Amino acid sequence: MTRYILTRLLQGIITVWFIATATFFAMHAVPGDPLSNEKATTELIRKNLEERYGLDKPLHVQYGIYMLNMVKGDFGISFTQQNRSVNDIIREHFPVSATLGILAIVFAAVGGVLWGALTALYRNKLPDIVIMFLVILGISVPSFVFAALGQLSLVTINDWAGITLLPVAGWGGVGHMIVPAMVLGLGTMAFLTRLMRSSMLEVVNADYVRTAKSKGLPATRIFLKHQLRNASLPVVTVLGPAIAAITTGGFVVELVFAIPGLGRYFVQAVQQLDYTVIMGTTVFYGAFLVLMVIIVDVIYGMIDPRVRLS
Amino acid sequence: MSDITSDTEDAFARTAGKQLLWLGLLAIVALAALMFALGWLSQLTASGAVTGEAVDVRERSISLAMSGEPPQLDSTRATDQVSGFVLGHVMEGLLRYDPTNKLVPGVASRWEIDAAGATFWLRENARWSDGEPVTAHDFIFAWQRVLDPATASEYAFILFPIKNGEAISQGQLPPSALGITAVDDRTLKIEFERPIAYFDKLVAFVTFLPVRKDFFERTAGRYGADAKDLLYNGPFTISRWVHSASIRFEKNEFYWNRDAIMLNVIDTPYITPDYNATLNLYKDGKIAVAALSSDTLENALVQRWHLERFNDGSIFFLEFNYRPGRVTGNYNLRRALQLVTDSGELVYKVMKLPGNLPGESLFPVWLNGVDGLFRQEYPARVHRIDVEAARRHLELARQELGLTRFPPLVLLSGDDPLSNKQAEYFQNVYGKQLGLEVKLDKQIFKQRLAKMTAGDFDIVMAGWGPDFADPLTFGGLFASWNLNNRGRYANPELDAQVRVAENSVDPKTRMNAFGEIQRIIYDDAVILPNYERGVVYVRDPRLKGVVRRAVGTDPDYTSAYLSVD
Repeated sequence: MTRYILTRLLQGIITVWFIATATFFAMHAVPGDPLSNEKATTELIRKNLEERYGLDKPLHVQYGIYMLNMVKGDFGISFTQQNRSVNDIIREHFPVSATLGILAIVFAAVGGVLWGALTALYRNKLPDIVIMFLVILGISVPSFVFAALGQLSLVTINDWAGITLLPVAGWGGVGHMIVPAMVLGLGTMAFLTRLMRSSMLEVVNADYVRTAKSKGLPATRIFLKHQLRNASLPVVTVLGPAIAAITTGGFVVELVFAIPGLGRYFVQAVQQLDYTVIMGTTVFYGAFLVLMVIIVDVIYGMIDPRVRLS
Repeated sequence: MSDITSDTEDAFARTAGKQLLWLGLLAIVALAALMFALGWLSQLTASGAVTGEAVDVRERSISLAMSGEPPQLDSTRATDQVSGFVLGHVMEGLLRYDPTNKLVPGVASRWEIDAAGATFWLRENARWSDGEPVTAHDFIFAWQRVLDPATASEYAFILFPIKNGEAISQGQLPPSALGITAVDDRTLKIEFERPIAYFDKLVAFVTFLPVRKDFFERTAGRYGADAKDLLYNGPFTISRWVHSASIRFEKNEFYWNRDAIMLNVIDTPYITPDYNATLNLYKDGKIAVAALSSDTLENALVQRWHLERFNDGSIFFLEFNYRPGRVTGNYNLRRALQLVTDSGELVYKVMKLPGNLPGESLFPVWLNGVDGLFRQEYPARVHRIDVEAARRHLELARQELGLTRFPPLVLLSGDDPLSNKQAEYFQNVYGKQLGLEVKLDKQIFKQRLAKMTAGDFDIVMAGWGPDFADPLTFGGLFASWNLNNRGRYANPELDAQVRVAENSVDPKTRMNAFGEIQRIIYDDAVILPNYERGVVYVRDPRLKGVVRRAVGTDPDYTSAYLSVD
């Protein structure tokens, strides 16, 4: 077990190194100049800026310096916010994204399992048809539409109630989280519902369920222990990538609901060609994703006796 | 047999359905618990923003939304609008603009400017937010820092009128050689490199704000990075700043003119560039002002709100590439394009956002001339659309260039929806009227800049925002030596007029020169003006006295107040 985890971690480190290297060279290959601004600058000012960010050195030297600093845990200073370090940006804004992400993923996973089980139970009956229609909607409608709709409904509800029941935007309390988290988790929930439904249908006709039934086990026990538990295994598998997708994909939701998460730095850095922030956030999210996948694999081994960690 | 099976199946489904219901209820309870736990945790991480109402008349406080996080609150390096807005409320320079846009005493109580230099006398009661007096040395430190090549300030050029300014920024002289001296703690003497007619307008600009040396050094490279890393001398201080979430301004009790400041608190608990979100917040009574886009405008009209509009001072235009080998260097081609370009149609039928004015000149309408408005004293050429004449010029251009047919013209533009609309309009008009093929090159901001600087375009959709309230901020743009002249236009006649405007101190002579520049720009079809940008917004009727301006702090809440009638 320990040996397995160590191997996976080592593989993970290599993956992150690869992500960092690929991003570094891809970023520098993109046309455009991170130091340019609306107003043109003189040669000397440019030279000084280049020196400050180490852009005056050859690319491979820059790469070496960057990797060395990264190993030391220093991601450098942002190009757009010239006196803030990328470490500060990640430290201040990742907890916000993570909070929103955890809530969204729990919402998505719980909802997905329950709705999926429900649709399987009532296969081809009205609840199944209605929910599966909503699922298709949830998968195909992009999150910015849901975000705008969610916010608009909040305004309408507050207007109708005469007081602010739930805040329209901003960050700070529980009230600020509910709707953004639901919007953020909606797509994943729809996807998980479909996954859960098909895996539930597989399980329903499995031999061990028939055996359990013929043994005369109580229906509650069959449903919970033999069907639901086994059917939710595939959900756990996709949870790892889903967590990363949700935490990184919060950009639109963060903008619409004015949430100070890391997602907006991640996207805006690319638009601004903010080299250090691009690198910092990509490497950080890359490492996060790798870690999540490892954790899910380990958990999977624990809950599914067929998978042995060795 | 089959009946029995379906009965047991149904019974099973019912039991399982009940189980699911219980699980669902359990999940809701668990989710609620998780939410509260996370809510409590997120308050621990100090991002908690107290969100109040749009205006609170009793507490004299207002809430606003900001379009972005200020990237740079170190005044010696700030370049953008949002930072300018924040600094304009928490800092004060030698002079400032009053609500009618007249220059009034700021830290300086009086001043004298002549051809050789300027003297400013600082008021005794000007103080920093730690109670220390603001002295002449604070200005000297800040200005030397701007010009120090090590600072790499993008706005260093704005201090070049001061003696040795340019040489210092080139690294030829040390910063201490700058022509600025403190006669005593409260008298600041400045020597000029050359006579300058608009120095008073310059010192109201962000780059000229004071910085106190001992405080700056204590912040160890983090000056302006957080609320505590900044020392204030303006009407407000920043009492809390959560990055990308909120900035809270509170009245500065050490400000010399604090009795004139009516608002106690300006809170900005929302930072988002999303126009829909801003309008929703306004609708919900959470913010006092909301800017509108052409998409949200209709929504606001339905509510029958009173719309406010103003011109933010920026102009937008088509700039040509004059580098050798580009067909756009040909006068007749440019003239042909000019003759079919209708800025009125662009503004009213394509962009459709009230507030934008059709562009007619390099000089926007709000600039002052000798006595009144520049554009009234020096009217722009009347522009008429003439497709026939345009085709004649196009034919001439074709012959001069020795072409059988024109190559596709590359139109470089931004990638936002508004730029797309405009670019497609130009593509359509030039194609239909002149049979020219226009290739659109849509690029994100930095890549568009890179292509502009490299000269990788035939025509570019460009714009310019003013730095100071003198026509020179626009008039000097196409001088052959100007780094922002990205199409490399070079015309000795225009250069000569720019020199006159730069070096003369006689208002009449200078305005005549600008009048000439305006004429040359049109007659030589140097650029094709598109529009003067307008801003449309809604404002809570209880909030009054907000000043919008083209140059200086915008919007300016320092003279704002709340009243219920």
